[in-house]
Amino acid sequence: MITVNAMGDICPIPVVKTKKAMDALPGPDQIEVLVDNETAMRNVMKLAKNSGAQAEQEQLGEREYRVLITVGENEVKSSAPSAAPGAASVPVTVTDAADDLKGMLDCPTCVGTVIAVGSDRMGDGSDELGHILMKSYIFAVTQLDMLPDKMLFYNGGARLTVEGSECLNDLKTLEEHGVELMTCGTCLDYYGIKDKLAVGSVTNMYSIAEILQDAMSVIRP
Amino acid sequence: MSGNTPLSDEIRLTQFAKHGGCAAKIGPDTLSRVLERLPKFSDPSLLVGFETSDDAAVYKVTDDIAVIQTLDFFTPVVDDPYTFGQVAAANALSDVYAMGGEPKIALNIVEFPGELDPDILGEILRGGADKVHEAGAVLVGGHSIQDDVPKYGLAVTGFVHPDKIYKNYGCREGDVLLLTKQIGSGIVNTAVKAQMASEESAREAIRVMTTLNRKAKETARKYSIHACTDVTGFGLLGHCSEMASASGAQIQINVEDVAYMQGAKEYARMGLVPGGAYRNRKHVEPLLDAGDLDEVWLDLLCDPQTSGGLLLAVPEAEAGSILREFAQAEMVTEVSVVGRVEKSGCEKGRICLRK
Repeated sequence: MITVNAMGDICPIPVVKTKKAMDALPGPDQIEVLVDNETAMRNVMKLAKNSGAQAEQEQLGEREYRVLITVGENEVKSSAPSAAPGAASVPVTVTDAADDLKGMLDCPTCVGTVIAVGSDRMGDGSDELGHILMKSYIFAVTQLDMLPDKMLFYNGGARLTVEGSECLNDLKTLEEHGVELMTCGTCLDYYGIKDKLAVGSVTNMYSIAEILQDAMSVIRP
Repeated sequence: MSGNTPLSDEIRLTQFAKHGGCAAKIGPDTLSRVLERLPKFSDPSLLVGFETSDDAAVYKVTDDIAVIQTLDFFTPVVDDPYTFGQVAAANALSDVYAMGGEPKIALNIVEFPGELDPDILGEILRGGADKVHEAGAVLVGGHSIQDDVPKYGLAVTGFVHPDKIYKNYGCREGDVLLLTKQIGSGIVNTAVKAQMASEESAREAIRVMTTLNRKAKETARKYSIHACTDVTGFGLLGHCSEMASASGAQIQINVEDVAYMQGAKEYARMGLVPGGAYRNRKHVEPLLDAGDLDEVWLDLLCDPQTSGGLLLAVPEAEAGSILREFAQAEMVTEVSVVGRVEKSGCEKGRICLRK
């Protein structure tokens, strides 16, 4: 079974994530989608039923819902991943090569490269130099031929995705090009900057652990 | 349409907004609870206040002139700043048309992040100013503050003859209900955000949202309009239910006769339904008899509209000629007969959906 964690995602992101996971399925399987609001749950149910799959909904907590989608033989379309007729296809962040690799690994929700940023400084030594290096590293990432799939920001790294961060423009460019940016919510709370988040979404340790586990390579600058 | 080139590929205005356009409206249930606690104002010259949830307030100045006052602003629904300005202004001006009046004076209301390129704000305001100009009104100033989420809209003053005000109640048995724009902008905008909308659908939504309700009102002026409102954040059913409740009317909507934006039905089936649609549905449910209709119809009819069309209740005898006139008016939006008033003078309003 595959888990799509769309906790903290607002409409229409949960539907987009679920659709990507369904389209990427190599064979019949079950997909569990976790969301934190009723709108997302109802919309994911619609998506599943509309594509012919079986779907069940369940409320796990006050703000926690689970949709269990059972994709049968007839609904598998990984050979021709596409959006609805006439619609622009869903942008896929991974490259073809990574797609192939994922196919071989038989793990549709696996991600290729993840950059895990645990500090707003790069390397040990001078803090001032560390700041400059991190800023220039994030810029350098925007110039890479092959962008990472996801970037995680935790502990001091959470300071990079909030208002006033010198990296904001570069991070926005990355997000614009499909890199998913996720910042640890506990960390934002700890530093009292949750309302200042200026790019990407908030995530939790469950997702961070899962992403790090599923990644084909993790880079820690 | 001019000036549609985005200033920067980096900036997507809709990313700043959790809820775009009229989908950003506070839900009808919450709103009525809050408004109930406000003190009641009374003044013999106040012809329409907020008690009837109408589109704008109307205040009688002389026997010939009443002033219409309204304010509307929201977060970005589209990425292009000029287009966003046009949509927000067309939406704000619409409340004056929905009361049967002519917009005369407009003021900008602006919230904008300090770190964003001021040229983006310039484009938003240019889009708004162009619409005010098109409406034949004057833009005379405004107020702006810094905020993380961009917001734009207008406070509009309009004039109307006190005897010719369109109210959102007063529809009578036999009236035909016309809608002057196709619906689905909330769903299509959600599909655009998900990057699943076709270009045609996205373009159609923009065309509909930027169109003034001026021509619709001018055409309607020549006929006996029993009730009128513009369809915005509460969706077609939400605004129908306000009309039904306030008029004590039983309204039947023929779901297949309503004009929908292309792709809207398909996107709704895919789960690209904004949260406001579910809130609206909950609000209208006590009045609603939906039979065993497929859920997709409810999603469409409850979809929050941004800068939607006028919903007009016209006597059956005049329906044929007003429709002919709309056909000749070269409307850029689709006019459809959405249903009729089955009964009036009832204690409670009621809406039946039929296929």
